[in-house]
Order: sequence, then structure tokens, then C-alpha cells
Amino acid sequence: MTAPVIAAEELVATDDEMMMIVAARELRNGVVCFVGIGMPSTAANLARHMHAPDAVLIYESGTIGAKPTKPPLSIGDGELADTADAVVSVPEIFTYWLQAGRIDVGFLGAAQLDKYGNINSTVVGDYDHPKVRLPGAGGAPEIAGSAGEIFLMLRQNNRAFVEKVDFLTSVGNAEGGDSRQRMGMRGKGPSVVITDIGVLRADPASGEFVLTALHEGKTIDDAKAATGWDLRISDHVEITAPATDEELRKLRALKAGEL
Amino acid sequence: MANITTLSDAIATHVRDGQTLALEGFTHLIPNAAAHEIIRQGRKHLTLVRMTPDVTYDQLIGAGCADKLIFSWGGNPGVGSLHRFRDAVERDYPHHLEIEEHSHAGMATRYVAGASGLPFGMLRGYVGTDLLKYTPNISTVTCPFTGEELAAVPALTPDVGIIHAQQADRHGNVGLWGIQGVQKEAVMASKASIVTVEEIVDELDSRVTVTLPSWVISSVAVVPRGAHPSYAHGYYERDNDFYIGWDSISKDRDSFDAWIDRHIHQTSDYAEHLRLVDQEEGVLA
Repeated sequence: MTAPVIAAEELVATDDEMMMIVAARELRNGVVCFVGIGMPSTAANLARHMHAPDAVLIYESGTIGAKPTKPPLSIGDGELADTADAVVSVPEIFTYWLQAGRIDVGFLGAAQLDKYGNINSTVVGDYDHPKVRLPGAGGAPEIAGSAGEIFLMLRQNNRAFVEKVDFLTSVGNAEGGDSRQRMGMRGKGPSVVITDIGVLRADPASGEFVLTALHEGKTIDDAKAATGWDLRISDHVEITAPATDEELRKLRALKAGEL
Repeated sequence: MANITTLSDAIATHVRDGQTLALEGFTHLIPNAAAHEIIRQGRKHLTLVRMTPDVTYDQLIGAGCADKLIFSWGGNPGVGSLHRFRDAVERDYPHHLEIEEHSHAGMATRYVAGASGLPFGMLRGYVGTDLLKYTPNISTVTCPFTGEELAAVPALTPDVGIIHAQQADRHGNVGLWGIQGVQKEAVMASKASIVTVEEIVDELDSRVTVTLPSWVISSVAVVPRGAHPSYAHGYYERDNDFYIGWDSISKDRDSFDAWIDRHIHQTSDYAEHLRLVDQEEGVLA
């Protein structure tokens, strides 16, 4: 596929692009980030090409410090190994690296999410007779447990943002308050959810996600309508800084494999 | 010492109906040729173990070889659903498929325990998840030194472990490099093992990072491109178009059956299947 030639006036981010750009901005330079495949991976690689060249990206295939030039289709594409600082076995990545507490941020997607950032990636409907059988846990339960904190990104709609997840695959802020800490989890849990509408941050006391920012052109009503629980709104909802030309150009070049 | 033989002989010698098999390879070096041979030889009632049942296991499940699946992530990476796996779980087609579901960390721990000759492995994991409600063999153990409670999972000890690697030497010592997944653990945990390789060489490549001595392997078979549509680092790349194409082949029961018939039952070996893919009609054939 050839990348379209982009004229200056066409540099307007789509909703998905905005979500990836805002997610990339969340990653600080030097962060050690365990990256899920798909949009989190694209966002993390954009960050590496923008403000965070020293971000260390770790994939569950055992590639540490991977620097792919295009978004990998699978978690174990050859380019991840070719560009990595180290390639270790799958048992090692989950033990010496994740379980031992060497990961700052786990960056995940989800099929369903509740207001405490608890994740379902297993089934829609009943477990024994599912309406939709999803792929399942993968690395997420232990990433959610052991990474320093969790960033989540997914498109916001009321099939995904639900009052109660059909299956609790990975524990977020549990039942709120200090319930997660009482379970003995080492990492502090999900702190931010980046969506195509805005940004939700966990209230430090309750653990509940609160809408704190809207992307340009989106409204509080949009966010509420796309949320299956009674969404709390911050007293000071910010408007996300628009995507810069550089962010958009780099994101599109990254996706086209031309960075 | 490993017996260097053909793939069809290795499968016929070691794989029996009703066994527990682990075909491993984490995206890289997936032993797809071996899976085809299992289907071709008509093995049934298998318990299939694999962290990431992808297209390989979609074929085995859809072809009716499996009674049970032990896994941690069942999808077509970067593409979406495994339609044959979903048809089995959601609609019991072609028959009921029992599932035993873990996390990646749990599965890796189970393989390490099996390879280590331990009855179980432990990890910080599963706490608070619904996996505890539906997967009976997740338990807990208390650290005798600190009192910390940890998750405990039983060792995996498959009857046969099957992997693909880049090379073997003439003695059957196996070498692989690139993403190494749980291949070593799967071989070491299993009672018997089969390794397919790209080629037999006089001396293993200096890039080799994992070496399995001949005497821990039962059979070695040369199958060039035996990991296709997965890849073999240094030999060929992942055929992403095949994975994308698999989505439509596998969505429909009849088109899946026709594909299995044409590419497995009507071919004598993997090379013939690859010729069909390459020359005649491309990945969708």
C-alpha cells in the first residue's frame, strides 16, 4: 500500500488517530513499557519517534527494547527480534521482567471495561455458552497485576464501557477504594483510559474513572452517551491540544512503514 | 539420540488418538507442517495444549481432531477471531470442545514446572480474576518463609511436544534463534518430542541461541518452510497475507472443509500444500 500524499490542509486527525496521538503523549521518555499489540503498540512507537526516544518497549514475545519501523501485525513479528536489545524466552519475560517489577507501565486494550478499569477480554455473555468467544487473557492479568501502572486505550461506546464486565479477565481498580491493594497487587493499577472521545483518569481515592479531557469537537454528552455507567465528569474538563502536523505526519508514516 | 526421519513417520510413530499434544512456537517457528500431518493421519480425541492457539489450532479444531484445548490466548494475531475455535466453543461444531483456560504467565509457569520435573509451579497471578471460577486447576500455595500467598498451577507434561526450529546437525542436535517462546520448555516437559527443521547442517549456525541436544528429542524431520505461514528467522518472513486470508477461509464451514480437503487430504506432504499456496491460487486457494 502506498501512503497518500498529504496536503497541508488535509492534516486533520481522525478519531482513531487522535486517540493514538493522545495515548503517545502519556508515555514519558525513558519509560519501560510492556506493550499490547494493536493500537497500544502503535501509540508507543509514535511516542518513541516524538518526545520519548528512550522509551523501552517490551512485547510478551520476549523482545526487550524493540524498535519496529512499522506497526507489527503480530506480537512476535521478526522485526521486533531484529531491533530488540535482548530477546528472552516467554517464561523469562513474565518472571524476571514483569513479575519482578521491572515494568513501569503496562499498555493494554480491552473488549469491555467497567468504571474501575476492570477488563474483560474473554467472553461476551455467559462463559459456558458465550455470545462471543473473545481470544482470552493472554498476558493481561499479570501485566495488570505487576506493572507499575496501567494505561488503557479503546474506542468509547456503551458496548465496551459497561456497568459490569461479563468476565473479569484482568483486575483494574477492583471494587474501588483500597480493594485492589488489599488483594496484594503490587502495581497501582489503571490510571488513565484514552479513548476516541477524551481522556478518563482514575480518581485517587475511589479508583473510579472520571472524564477529565475531551478531544476537539467532542462533547460531554458524547462521552456520556458512549458510556454504559453514569459517567462522572471532572469539575475542570480540559480540551485536548489538537494533533500537531508533526504528530500526524509521523503517525501516518509509521503506519505506512515509512519512518 | 534423536531419530532423523520423515515427518509422516515421526507423527505415525509418536502421535496416538487420545493423547495430549503441545505444538509450540510463539508467533515464530510454529510447527504448521506437523499440524497438517496430524490432520492428514486422522488423529482424534486429542487434548491440544498451546499458549496461543492460532491458525494452526483453528485447523486442528475445525478438522475435528481435538476434544479439549488448554490455552491462554486464542485469536488470529492482528486479524481477529479464530472462527473454527469460536464455532466449537459457541456452537459445539464439529463437536463439543472442552476448554481449560489460563493466562500466558500461568501457561509458561506450567511448562517450566513440567520441564523441571516439579508437580506444580507458582506465580504472582490470577488474583481477583474470574479465571479462578472457571478453571479448576488454579490454586494457591503459601510461601513457607514469608507467608505470602501465591498462585499455584499444575505442571504440563504432554505426551508429545512438537516444535519447529531452523536447524539440526547430523546427530540430531537442534538449534534455533530469534523469538524462542516456550519451545524449549515444551520439549523438555513432554514425554516424547518431535522437531521439524528447515535444514540439516554440518555445524549449527553461530546465531543459534537455544540448543536442544539430540538425546532429549525423539525424532527430527526436515520440512523446509515447515513453519509457514509463521516464519523462521533468517529463512523466510511471516506470511501476513495468509493470516489475513485465513479469516475468510475459516469463517464458513464449507469453505474451511474444502480448504482442508484440498490442502491436506489431497496432498501427500507439506511441500505439495506450499506449491498450491505459491503457484496456483495464492493464499486463498
